[in-house]
Amino acid sequence: MKPIESLNDFVIKFANVNGTGSASANNLFAKALFRMGLPVCPKNIFPSNIQGLPTWYEVRVSEKGYLGRRGGTDIVLSVNPQSMAQDIQDVEPGGYFIYDNTKPLDLRLLRNDVNIIGIPLTLICNEQYKDPRQRQLFKNVIYVGALAALLDMDFKVLTDLVEDQFKGKEKLVLPNIHALELGHQYARTNLECPIGIRVQTSDKVGDKILLDGNTALGLGAIYGGATVAAWYPITPSTSVVDAYEKYARRVRIDPGTGRRNYAIVQAEDELSAIGMVIGASWNGARAFTATSGPGVSLMSEFLGLAYFAEIPTVLFNVQRAGPSTGMPTRTQQSDVLSAAYASHGDTKQVLLFPSTPKECFDFGALSFDLAERLQTPIILMTDLDLGMNDNMSEPLAWDDDREFDRGKVMTAEQLEEGVEFGRYLDVDGDAICYRTYPGTHHNKGAFFTRGTSRDEYAIYTEKGEEYEKNMLRLMRKWETIKEYVPGPEIVDCGKKADTAVLYYGTSEESSREALDYLAEEGVHLDAMRVRSFPFNQEVEDFIDQHKQVFVIEQNRDAQLRTLLMAEFELGPDKLKSVLCFDGTPISARNIRKQIKQHLSGNNVTPLHRNIVAGDTK
Amino acid sequence: MSYQIPKFRHPDLPVNDLGYTKADYEGSISSLCAGCGHDSISGAIVMACHELSIEPHKIAKLSGIGCSSKSPTYFLGNSHGFNSVHGRMPSVVTGAAMANRDLMYLGVSGDGDTASIGMGQFAHVARRNLNMVYIVMNNGCYGLTKGQDSATADEGSASKKGDANVYSAIDLCGTALQMGATFVARSFSGDKGQLVPLIKAAITHRGFALIDVISPCVTFNNNPGSTKSYEFVREHAEATGTVDFVPMRREITTDYKPGFSHEVTMHDGSSIHLYKVDEELDPFNRRSAMMTLEDHRETGSILTGLIYMDRDSRDLHDVLETSQRPLNELREGDLCPGNKMLENINASLR
Repeated sequence: MKPIESLNDFVIKFANVNGTGSASANNLFAKALFRMGLPVCPKNIFPSNIQGLPTWYEVRVSEKGYLGRRGGTDIVLSVNPQSMAQDIQDVEPGGYFIYDNTKPLDLRLLRNDVNIIGIPLTLICNEQYKDPRQRQLFKNVIYVGALAALLDMDFKVLTDLVEDQFKGKEKLVLPNIHALELGHQYARTNLECPIGIRVQTSDKVGDKILLDGNTALGLGAIYGGATVAAWYPITPSTSVVDAYEKYARRVRIDPGTGRRNYAIVQAEDELSAIGMVIGASWNGARAFTATSGPGVSLMSEFLGLAYFAEIPTVLFNVQRAGPSTGMPTRTQQSDVLSAAYASHGDTKQVLLFPSTPKECFDFGALSFDLAERLQTPIILMTDLDLGMNDNMSEPLAWDDDREFDRGKVMTAEQLEEGVEFGRYLDVDGDAICYRTYPGTHHNKGAFFTRGTSRDEYAIYTEKGEEYEKNMLRLMRKWETIKEYVPGPEIVDCGKKADTAVLYYGTSEESSREALDYLAEEGVHLDAMRVRSFPFNQEVEDFIDQHKQVFVIEQNRDAQLRTLLMAEFELGPDKLKSVLCFDGTPISARNIRKQIKQHLSGNNVTPLHRNIVAGDTK
Repeated sequence: MSYQIPKFRHPDLPVNDLGYTKADYEGSISSLCAGCGHDSISGAIVMACHELSIEPHKIAKLSGIGCSSKSPTYFLGNSHGFNSVHGRMPSVVTGAAMANRDLMYLGVSGDGDTASIGMGQFAHVARRNLNMVYIVMNNGCYGLTKGQDSATADEGSASKKGDANVYSAIDLCGTALQMGATFVARSFSGDKGQLVPLIKAAITHRGFALIDVISPCVTFNNNPGSTKSYEFVREHAEATGTVDFVPMRREITTDYKPGFSHEVTMHDGSSIHLYKVDEELDPFNRRSAMMTLEDHRETGSILTGLIYMDRDSRDLHDVLETSQRPLNELREGDLCPGNKMLENINASLR
């Protein structure tokens, strides 16, 4: 057996039991590597449970800066007997299986193509600590200390990090450092250090930050001027409003009066949450809700009303695998169609697809400008992978001269001067009409808000011509919207390729890596990242310029592909699917495999059935 | 087609403190059935708002779906209105009220809209004590879909179709009390003398004010055998007492017998006088209100008037400690913490 040898490039997976405090220790490990200047990509793969079930934490370390899932695991650190049989199977040949050998390893699990490393974690803890909770918590810190020795990590980075993390709770610093040292010491004394995989301080991080997308969205809502948040708890979106509240408490309390410049209402359900957002927006405040797929289903009726009545509405959808009783803690991009055409009647909704925390922040703030400018719902489509995992990101930035775009709002002065007001009257030719806030003028500008059955002056009518005229104007508005939403990012491979890939959201990083693999093998593909719906002209042009386009996405039904086909009236041959829908983030190896299958013509069986058999990890 | 009420008015129409006539509070001509109880309630709303001298544009009127929810077109034409989604008016009002605390929010709903599809939102808006007036135009049936029984139809009551309702009725006043509403009243569309002062008191109350108004459906539920017909309600209504609303600036002129009345000072300094008829009921005691409701249910009589009021009500803005300045008036400077703060956040994430 040839052990894997690598420097600053590997995948490690921690196999833990949830509710045992492993998350903070694993996070400490990832953050330490990040502080050593190494790009990291930690992903939490966790159950919908509070305590007792298997949970995994995967860290990708890549000096080249690949931040997606690679696929495969070089090191498994196993402290969960429940999942041990599978965990040892997941190690790449030549990889390392590190486990708690207080109890001997079941011989049936043994693999002779893997390096087995035992550390008596339970024994060390039992000797050191009397309190059962301490035994459990420090076991995690001890293995981080041992890993530091095995991987040749800078130990001081770890101890500095502990000091930073427990600022304000100083009495926790020394016990944690002690636990780190216990592990470190044990490994140095009893094991061969370092192993074939090791790390070295680098400078590939620059000024980047490590942040989860949901916190970035919460901050985006603060900077975007949201004052009303209405929501119903649902994984994986809950931490969006948590973050909004955390920062609102910091920056939105009036120092003079102590009163809050925001209102958060935890609604009785998602129907109510979106109703509150619509009511607040109708009344001239910036408001938002955060939810996930099941919530979007419940909100669909109201989203239709907001579309027809043209009320600015901001919805952050942190996608997960469906349905409601599905896998709420697993990631997917599977709400694309239900969000794009949310509601009954002829509706089309604006979608934004961020792919990094920085973009969550930027698009989060932008959503409010777009919603008010375009007077329609803006649904920001992120997912569990981006929302709940720490992602390495460009730092957040704000232009202090930036003003909110409040859209077309007629003022009391304009009404007083006699400017003609028709709520649904297109005076500027862009199909966006003026609105008034309630309470503007004592006898001008009031109107009755309804979905349809009204004319341009919001006067009740059920005339078919009026309905049709309004619907056609909404179609014209859809064209205007294309000018405002973020355009795609195009990466030209520089080789005159007639084949390309198209991806969005969290499929970006793995796709980028897969394209590099393919380029090494002589397959050169152009790439485009779609960032919004409606699709802009550039998206159409890019697809036109290529003979075949692979659409990479994380759902079963190729939902964005369907949307592209419907919007551009494309035949089924032009766009080919590359899919992953097992609830884990799509990996670079998986993408490469599927694209190669297509290119070699090895895709006779219907695509939807033979994809991702096996190699999705 | 919209029907506008002719603008021509008698030149000596009385004006209120703001100089507005009642016409300034009216809406379009109703397209409801002739004799519909809802139109009388619309009239009472117009009268209450006019007499209270509220600026019409400082009122927002919101509704759900149904005959009741069509009615906001027929009053307060200078106010913004919102015909929302079936049973979801409370959430839209909640959002609107959070955005601007300075307007008066009038929610109009029906028994289907409130007691069936909207039961959840009704319950929760009551428990949040949102500062709003919630009027239910309660006719015990679904008028707009031609007369099906609603959840407030009494057991045994028969609509025009003839079949007696076999399900237990939901008492909205009882439900509201249970959910923590701070102002609960019931009235009858045919009794303007009672309804108008109740609406005024509800508007002045800070917090959630429910008025469940029995409002007969002349087309589908006004027949013998119905417990929501004009005749039945007239015969079976028992008032808790009478209410006289006294605006802050007006002299108290009404005479009343000491020992039989309560004077309640409202948040804005105005007061209401209660002339008690029902000896049992203490309308400031929730337990008493619930017991009295139950007593009347047992005897088959309809208790009307002010049933409960919490004089120390704290509304949702009080609870959330939101700024006195309406949230929709806050600007970049109030809301956006600037790049310096982001730099600090970035530093903490490295």
